[in-house]
Amino acid sequence: MRRNRSFNAVFILLAFFLVLFIGVPIFLTLTGSPPRVFWQAVLDEQVQESILFTFFSSLIATGVGLLTGIPLAYLLARKNFPGKQFIESLIDLPIVIPHSAAGIALLLALGRGSALGRGFEALGLRFVSAAPGVVAAMLFVSVPFLVDSAREGFEAVDPRLEYVARTLGSSAWNVFWRVSFPMAWRSIISGLIMMWARGISEFGAVVILTYHPMIAPVLLYERFQSFGLDYALPVAGIVILISMLVFLILRALNSNREDK
Amino acid sequence: MTQSSHLSLRKLNISLEDFSLKNLDLEVRQGEYFVLLGPTGAGKTVLLEALAGIIPLQSGSILLEGTDITVYPPELRRVGFVYQDFALFPHLTVAGNISFGLQNSWRMADYTGDSARKKIFPLPWMRLILKGKSHQQAIKAKVEQISSLFKIRHLLERSPNSLSGGEKQRVAMARALITTPQILLLDEPLSSLDPETREGIQRELRRIHQELGTTTLHITHNFEVAAALADRIGVIMDGKIVQLGTPREIFRQPDNEKVAQFVGVRNIFRGRHFVEEDGGGILQLDGFKFASISGLKGIVRASIRPEDILLSREPLRSSARNNFKGRVVEISDRGSFSYITVRIPSLEQDGKDLNLIVLITRRSGDELALDLGQDIFAEFKASALHIF
Repeated sequence: MRRNRSFNAVFILLAFFLVLFIGVPIFLTLTGSPPRVFWQAVLDEQVQESILFTFFSSLIATGVGLLTGIPLAYLLARKNFPGKQFIESLIDLPIVIPHSAAGIALLLALGRGSALGRGFEALGLRFVSAAPGVVAAMLFVSVPFLVDSAREGFEAVDPRLEYVARTLGSSAWNVFWRVSFPMAWRSIISGLIMMWARGISEFGAVVILTYHPMIAPVLLYERFQSFGLDYALPVAGIVILISMLVFLILRALNSNREDK
Repeated sequence: MTQSSHLSLRKLNISLEDFSLKNLDLEVRQGEYFVLLGPTGAGKTVLLEALAGIIPLQSGSILLEGTDITVYPPELRRVGFVYQDFALFPHLTVAGNISFGLQNSWRMADYTGDSARKKIFPLPWMRLILKGKSHQQAIKAKVEQISSLFKIRHLLERSPNSLSGGEKQRVAMARALITTPQILLLDEPLSSLDPETREGIQRELRRIHQELGTTTLHITHNFEVAAALADRIGVIMDGKIVQLGTPREIFRQPDNEKVAQFVGVRNIFRGRHFVEEDGGGILQLDGFKFASISGLKGIVRASIRPEDILLSREPLRSSARNNFKGRVVEISDRGSFSYITVRIPSLEQDGKDLNLIVLITRRSGDELALDLGQDIFAEFKASALHIF
């Protein structure tokens, strides 16, 4: 028993250190500015706009991710094809490369210098210093979270359930909508939440592709650079607070579903 | 062939990594309960999955009701499939599972006999839009009807995860049969059940098959299951059908050593079984009574393994409850051992005699100095009599 006690003590101490390390800065940021200053920042139109813009852009990116990432996740979970491992590594790459590098890569591919960028521009879609650039950057860095999570969800579905559904008269489409998708839904929804949250928190890739219009992290950065810590602090507090709230609500909704 | 062939497989070749079927020919007749019996790993599941269209063929063709369905996708083949672990949809209720095949609206009209709707809206997507209340009611009625047949109406709102093995089995069968498949494919549907449940479900399967008459192809490695259910049995080994016949033919006259070893030549009887007051069982045949230890009642089948029967020249004083005097009518030498057929005369005047097949080693045979026509005593313990 004594041995156990020392084990617990050491582990609790180490874990406590980490919790403090995360918790204290966030707490200080949230309480760092006087209420009046904080409230002023909340009423600041530029702050409001940038936050809404951030959330909305990430939502669009998540939508695009859903449309393209789910088929990819399903194919990776079910099929074997040459180059599958390469694609798996490729899709996870945005997680490990520096996000400023990701921004450079996107600038190269979608900028005015590239054929792709000019093609899109002809269609009225401009990525550099425009809202679509924000979406593109967010999509690039956050979609691996969705694909990985959804793939795990699909892998957990016994292929024989799909076979049985086929013998019961369902087409491949029908089986996907009635068996594979609903059964992987929990993994997909948690992937969507992760992707959306990751999109909201993105700075590096976005700032290279699109400085204006400003997302909240860029606005925060600009306030800090131009006016100093006191001006950046309330904005940081708001961004953290809202992100926390939204994240908690989504988590709660999702766990409610799971309980059912 | 006197009866029409319902399913025929012609020169089927399937080759997977660790396993292959070579030039397989098979005919299953209309309304027949056909059991494919083979050791684990003989490729039985693969064959079923190929029939269902889940695994592609290398060559050969599959004919169902005279239609070549070799290249059909699974959803157009109209086969029912029950996997060993039943593969129920865990995200749906029992009712949702059973009605799954009916919810495909373009086939709905086929199932409910709603031919008028089918004529007015010939294209599938039109009926998809018009999937109305009447369809839902028709589905509900069908689900209730088949649930009554399987005695699972009280389970309809439950989740599959909360069901027992036997209940899952019934749900899986109901789900497959509600779409009125042209053939029902059963992949070891009884092997995951405990023996007691298995007995009950076995009877159920027989009853349902008699009631619906669905042509059934059932695969198993279990001899008792095959003997209890099959109209005909095909023994499959190493990717080939090695023997075809009625259960009696297969078990009495295995074509070769391998089949004999696998099925185990057995004595199979059909009779009425009683339970006595002291708990012991009695199997009543035509003019014979065997003691058993089973608790079953009613018409049953029974088997005794040939090696469980003792032969002696003098009556033995032993604990065995079943003792008979008979005559040696056949000696079949198989090398180191022999099958001896002993004919036991019926106790009733014009009752049929009974043949018991007994396995003895060659040395025992020599010591007993058996000859055809010789009188002999046979005995076996009540516990050696397997009732199913």
